[in-house]
Amino acid sequence: MGILQVQNVNKSFGGLKALNNVNLDIEEGSLHAIIGPNGAGKSTLLNCFVGRLRPDTGTVKFNGRSLLGLSPHEINQAGVARVFQTPEIFSDLTLLENVMIPALAVRDGAFRINTWRRVDKQPDVRDRAEAMLADVGLADKRNDHSGNLSRGDKRRLELAMCLVQRPKLVLLDEPTAGMSRADTNNTIDLLARMSEQHGVTKIIIEHDMHVVFSLADRITVFAQGHPIVEGTPEQIKGDPKVKEAYLGGAHV
Amino acid sequence: MTKIVRETAHGDAIRFSLFAVLILAMPVWLVPFGAAYPDLMQKFAIYGLFAIGFNILFGLTGYLSFGHAAFLGVGSYTAVWSFKLLGMNPLPAIALAILLAGAFAWVIGYVSLRRTGIYFAILTLAFAQMSYNLAYSVLTPITNGETGLRVLNSDPRVLDHMMGAGEVDGPLVTNLFGMEMSGLPGFYFCAVWLLIGMFISFRIFRSPFGLMLMAIKSNQNRMNYTGISTRPYALTAFVISGMYAGLAGALLCVTDPLAGAERMQWTASGEVVLMTILGGAGTLLGPMLGAGIIKYSENIFSAFNEQTLHNIFGFLPDGIEGAVVSVAGLFVGEGWHLTLGLLFMLIVIFLPGGLIEGGHRIQAAVARRGKGGGSGHQAQPQAAE
Amino acid sequence: MDAILLQILNGLDKGGAYALIALGLTLVFGTLGVVNFAHGALFMLGAFCAVTFNQLIGLEKVTIDPTQTTPWGSPVEIRVPMIEEWLGPTGTFILDYSVPFSILAAIPVMIVIGLIMERGLIQFFYRRPHAEQILVTFGLAIVLQEIIKSFFGANPIPQNPPDTLRAAADIGALFGFEPGNIVYPYWRLVYFLFSAIVIGCVFAFLQLTTFGMVVRAGMADRETVGLFGIDIEKRFTVVFGLAAVVAGLAGVMYTPILPPDYHMGMDFLVLSFVVVVVGGMGSLPGAVAAGFMLGILQSFASMTEVKSIFPGIDQIIIYLVAVIILLVRPRGLMGRKGVMEG
Ligand SMILES: Nc1ncnc2c1ncn2[C@@H]1O[C@H](COP(=O)(O)OP(=O)(O)OP(=O)(O)O)[C@@H](O)[C@H]1O
Ligand SMILES: [Mg+2]
Repeated sequence: MGILQVQNVNKSFGGLKALNNVNLDIEEGSLHAIIGPNGAGKSTLLNCFVGRLRPDTGTVKFNGRSLLGLSPHEINQAGVARVFQTPEIFSDLTLLENVMIPALAVRDGAFRINTWRRVDKQPDVRDRAEAMLADVGLADKRNDHSGNLSRGDKRRLELAMCLVQRPKLVLLDEPTAGMSRADTNNTIDLLARMSEQHGVTKIIIEHDMHVVFSLADRITVFAQGHPIVEGTPEQIKGDPKVKEAYLGGAHV
Repeated sequence: MTKIVRETAHGDAIRFSLFAVLILAMPVWLVPFGAAYPDLMQKFAIYGLFAIGFNILFGLTGYLSFGHAAFLGVGSYTAVWSFKLLGMNPLPAIALAILLAGAFAWVIGYVSLRRTGIYFAILTLAFAQMSYNLAYSVLTPITNGETGLRVLNSDPRVLDHMMGAGEVDGPLVTNLFGMEMSGLPGFYFCAVWLLIGMFISFRIFRSPFGLMLMAIKSNQNRMNYTGISTRPYALTAFVISGMYAGLAGALLCVTDPLAGAERMQWTASGEVVLMTILGGAGTLLGPMLGAGIIKYSENIFSAFNEQTLHNIFGFLPDGIEGAVVSVAGLFVGEGWHLTLGLLFMLIVIFLPGGLIEGGHRIQAAVARRGKGGGSGHQAQPQAAE
Repeated sequence: MDAILLQILNGLDKGGAYALIALGLTLVFGTLGVVNFAHGALFMLGAFCAVTFNQLIGLEKVTIDPTQTTPWGSPVEIRVPMIEEWLGPTGTFILDYSVPFSILAAIPVMIVIGLIMERGLIQFFYRRPHAEQILVTFGLAIVLQEIIKSFFGANPIPQNPPDTLRAAADIGALFGFEPGNIVYPYWRLVYFLFSAIVIGCVFAFLQLTTFGMVVRAGMADRETVGLFGIDIEKRFTVVFGLAAVVAGLAGVMYTPILPPDYHMGMDFLVLSFVVVVVGGMGSLPGAVAAGFMLGILQSFASMTEVKSIFPGIDQIIIYLVAVIILLVRPRGLMGRKGVMEG
């Protein structure tokens, strides 16, 4: 029994079948990579997990609880955090505030009129946010205007915003897309370190095979809205079906 | 890298104290400006409150409401009804006005906040127009239509009669336990409410609640995926700003117990937007500054007439004087609204951040010059209040 | 039955005005991406083109006839419009038909105003937030209406339709109802036909010309069109001019129905925005359909029978419809799915 169970999920956009009978079982504490060609339905699947889309049929269960019909903030409060394909941060605020907001969301819940103490007088939340920023190597920029960060830094910030919530499950949609090799390696290190320290379950969508094979415990290959193979990195590397569907015969 | 400097608790305390001193000392330092008479100072305080409240919605969450005049109107009508039924004491009138305007704002906000952006602006505008039209037509029994609602000697005024102060000769004036709310006491009454309103605004801006509102403006999508339910936050901000508007509306009637529907017109909603952006939306002191400037200029400009213009430009040769006066005449007196519209455009075009931000820019420029050369990459503090 | 027909007729002219204003509003929004709160002012300016034109051709030459005296003993002044003196009966005709003739003057004037507005202000706001667009055009609307106010005063200035069209048609009799029950002023009929023609022209222009094709493509997907290297912004300037002309013409012809005053633009703007929202932002047919629909709905709501059941409904019906539409079908009646469902 995994932490996230996906059964018979289908999703169509008009005539297009974006997800076709998807079954997945994500093991707690693992890093599970989803790969597949463009338009295979990977992002659509994540959108079904976080409440942005509602599957036409099927069930999505997180820790035994159905996520269907919940709104995005309820799903997050249940312990699922998401990093977007293009970084989504609060670009008018400082880095520290960016990280304090998710931390406050954990402490105060989805809605609370909290005007009693000033933001700068919330030591519990503040310490946690600062520690998290230090973890991703952004501590010295904590008072900077986050809108001016480089793309790589924004991604790290967004990762910090997710991890500061100590979620049980993190969904990462192409976290290294458009990054330089150095930044990609930094991100790999960071993700590996996070796995060791926090033991979070992660689902990662990635086109960069270097990232996938250096991090993943398990890999699922998607094609045309359907998971065609699942296995350990070694199994996937050798699987002829993968080459055919995804790699078009190219050598991995 | 640009830093954002956030004010500390200590700094805020100083700023608020300075603000309080400035407001309370208005009767003194406004003398050289010719603005130290109670009627005008009261207007500063009342419209300041209106703008401060509006800023909690627009400045923090970014939701542009074009219908806040409706709440001003509700506050005014409620206050006059309270005078009519309960008596001329302003306190129950204010309490009721805040409550009712808040309830009204809750209903309108609940519906309007299902949409964002221009749709939100149009929804609020539609609601305000509905209220305005209704106030003029079917609601006449409550609003007294075009004539406006006023207090009559024959009204019940239960509390007044209970206290034996029911029979009054001459016009009815609001009074706080015997103290008439006109002249300087009237101003100080409004000033105290302004200080309370400003204090609450400080608290909200610096609190986690305020941070959430700013985050809504910055990235609503991220908020949802961060486990925060944005709509109740925005709705709370909407209701709070509606309550400020209700309070302002009631205070307008404390000065002059008369409520008319024109207070709800959408040009009035536009005016509070202008005050807020003129001073600086999202800044603590900007809206008060904007309200003050606008009400002051309105007072000056609309008082001008041909004669005063001739006096001003009298030094010019006759032909030129005539031309200058007739051009200037477009902008003053009746033409004050033209000036207002132009000001509106100029601010949005050149200084969308408002005067406070403009001030910060100048400050930064001066600081850079002071340091001399090589300061191109130097940290440039951002306006943060 | 005849009452229903009458209400439909009553709604047509107002609906025509809504449709014409909303058409330009949605065209500008769909192409330039600008929310133009000064669009109503264009309608108002058009109306005042008619007023100015009328005043100009109405200029009179005053001669004093010493042979006759008034009952007060002063010499009689004979006032003859100059245009009659120059052109004789033609002049009289032009005077009589001054409203339709002012269209000729209004078109170039509105084009110039539209171009100045777009080049001088709007173009700088293409990429600024909608809130700032709203605010700056709101300011512009105030400026324009105050300028008009300072020249023409605050009171409405009635304009007359041509004498021959001043009467009312007994439309009921045409449809076999009892004569005298449904009478409808000719001019309103003219207005309806006029608006239908203008709308037809705009659609033909957009459907049949290459220019129109590019504009429609731009409305559908601005980015892609830009990628083809087509200088879309130049065309958008023309679109803005077109919208200005349409709004202006709507104003010119409306003057005999509603005596123009300086704030008529604001009044119609708010309603037209509502029309655009109901029709679907960026949808041209939606704007037209919603314009007529709301015009007719409004005239039904002002029937005494309806008002006795829902007092005040005539005052709020349009806003109410807008609120409901925005809540249950935010893309509007004919808006495309997923577009602007903010
Ligand atoms: N909201 C939507 N409406 C209509 N079609 C959609 C929508 N979202 C996705 N699609 C379609 O569904 C299919 C799957 O898209 P999805 O984004 O899930 O692919 P992906 O595997 O993430 O691809 P990529 O690697 O390019 O990110 C695509 O054909 C896409 O066009
Ligand atoms: Mg994707």
